[in-house]
Amino acid sequence: MIDTVFWPLVKIVVLLNAVMVSVTFMTLLERKVIAWAQSRLGPMRVGPYGVLQAIADPIKLILKEDITPAKADKVMFTLAPIMSLVPAFVVFAVIPFGADPFYYVADINVGLLFIVSVTSIGVYGIILAGWASNSKYPLLASLRASAQLISYEIAVTMTLVSLILTAGTLSMVGIVEAQQEAGVWFGFIQPVAFVLVLIGGLAETNRAPFDMPEAEQELTGGFHTEYSGMRFALFFLAEYANMIVISAVIVVLFWGGWLRPFPSVDALAVLDYIPQWCWFFFKMFMVLYLFIWIRATLPRYRYDQLMRIGWKVLIPIAIANVVITAVVKVLL
Amino acid sequence: MATESAAMFDTDELVLNMGPQHPSTHGVLRLVLRLDGERVKDVDVVMGYVHRGIEKLSENRDWTQIILLTDRMDYVAAATNNLGYCETVEKLMEVEVPRRARYIRTILAELQRIASHCLWLGTHAMDIGAMTVFLYAFRERELILDLFEEYCGARLTYNSMRIGGLPLDLPSGWDAKVRAFCDIMDSKVEEYEELLTNNRIWLQRTRGIGVISGPDATALGLCGPPLRGSGVYRDVRKDEPYAAYDEFEFDVPLGTRGDTYDRYLIRLEEFRQSIRIIRQAVDGLPEGPIMGKVPRLLKPKAGETYHAIESPKGELGYFIASDGRSTNPYRFRVRPPSFCNLQGLRPLVIGHLVADVVALIGTLDVVLGEVDR
Repeated sequence: MIDTVFWPLVKIVVLLNAVMVSVTFMTLLERKVIAWAQSRLGPMRVGPYGVLQAIADPIKLILKEDITPAKADKVMFTLAPIMSLVPAFVVFAVIPFGADPFYYVADINVGLLFIVSVTSIGVYGIILAGWASNSKYPLLASLRASAQLISYEIAVTMTLVSLILTAGTLSMVGIVEAQQEAGVWFGFIQPVAFVLVLIGGLAETNRAPFDMPEAEQELTGGFHTEYSGMRFALFFLAEYANMIVISAVIVVLFWGGWLRPFPSVDALAVLDYIPQWCWFFFKMFMVLYLFIWIRATLPRYRYDQLMRIGWKVLIPIAIANVVITAVVKVLL
Repeated sequence: MATESAAMFDTDELVLNMGPQHPSTHGVLRLVLRLDGERVKDVDVVMGYVHRGIEKLSENRDWTQIILLTDRMDYVAAATNNLGYCETVEKLMEVEVPRRARYIRTILAELQRIASHCLWLGTHAMDIGAMTVFLYAFRERELILDLFEEYCGARLTYNSMRIGGLPLDLPSGWDAKVRAFCDIMDSKVEEYEELLTNNRIWLQRTRGIGVISGPDATALGLCGPPLRGSGVYRDVRKDEPYAAYDEFEFDVPLGTRGDTYDRYLIRLEEFRQSIRIIRQAVDGLPEGPIMGKVPRLLKPKAGETYHAIESPKGELGYFIASDGRSTNPYRFRVRPPSFCNLQGLRPLVIGHLVADVVALIGTLDVVLGEVDR
């Protein structure tokens, strides 16, 4: 009883809170990193070097008036932010932060499939938000979100197939263990797949250069134009939680999860003194930093251009990657 | 069959109101878009939200007081507005402006061109999603504003010229600061180019977007970079030199395709040409008075005149009529380049997507204060 109910519940509570706190500090990190990229200081007023800005923002958003437009579909309007937030949090259940079962909530044998299917639900939140707002800009944004979904989702899933072929398992823990056995991170075996998943991850989380559904300059905020207060904050939370999820998935799939660099080289065994979860968070941080860096650098694609990239470039490459992986696997 | 399916799947135009309060309509421009999906079928450009009646106001002001009003037309390029107005009155009164004053005016006008283009580059790139360029461009604009502040005390509405010359001579050490700025700007233009010129996303977002041919651009009355982007050689600085432009060497960049990317390249090249002009002017700055012989009470003889200059946005012309009796103009009329360029928006936008609309507003570089006056 204690093992099957109590400990998982404790882990879930801790994990949920950890994710929420890291999301708020993620916003601070993003603002700071972008500010440095743009030769500014970023938030400096709240606390030393603005570190308490991460606390001040949620407080402000909670205190703000929560407006529901008169002509909005009330049920859907309320449901949409929840729908985009919950999947992002659920995915954390199968992310292994360390080898010991203490470091993950569940290790299900179809972990990767679970992640792919649950994260796809998140975009419904955006589509419904745009639809339920009963306003033109959010409507256009939700159209963009659906177009975006079908363009990247297939390519990413295809890419994951080639990775599953390499790892021989769908379990997230199993994938990391496979990398330990192979003695090399899959990012070096499957560099093409990494790039594809990274691009797909940017599209999945609506990050620049694929932030069309919320394109502030075009659609004045897109799907969350009509949202305010905490409901708006939920979308924000979802976006950043999604970013953390995607970076965690990328770390597990390509960068060896909790493994230290060169897991097969015994000479570097001294690195094992650094706890496994530290390696995990360090790698995750690097991927998140890459996301922010990309946002600071690149202009935005047009949504028809994303569709063209998705269908004409990413999917053929992904399929070719699967075929090549399969052939190599059979030959070896 | 075709009509039947059309009746079954009824399609409807989406009328989308963009502006006057929209982050990308640069002020208070309002567009009423008729959309088919995200494709623009038609657009109504609505303006007039910052109409302050500057032309009519000017008919009730002293000749010198009008300089203040011209500041407030194209408020991101106040110095060139001053220059155009002062030269027009000087032309009407046949006043000779000292050579030193003409040189300083040229320096101010070119600094202003760089500042205005910085603002254009920043907002244009921001509209297309490159947020960092915005802050980089504003960082350099800040340097120019500092230079202007040191010269005339103001940072936005300069009131920096007088009929017949200039109100102030250069502060000591100012020319060295301008030289230093030119050196900084040279490397910064490279930096902008690095971020955008060969960026694949930037190319995809600007190549072939808003193409307009040379004859069409001329027929629409476009001017400045949008006109030169279509390959039409027209630059008032070369064609009808004013201030001291006939004494300097500079090139007029021309585009070949007439798309958004060409207009972007032209403005970037204009950065370099402006720097070149400023360097020549600072190096050859003559000594002498800064004010010509102007009567204390300005009362031009009866007559009318038109004079145009090349403002950062394009051909800025002033038409002034004097009745010879009063101390204010009988008729004051501005040919604002932003207004003429805004006319090009509708033909450019039709057939493109909503995402391109903001790019096209940016590429025309309109300032609503000048459009509405």
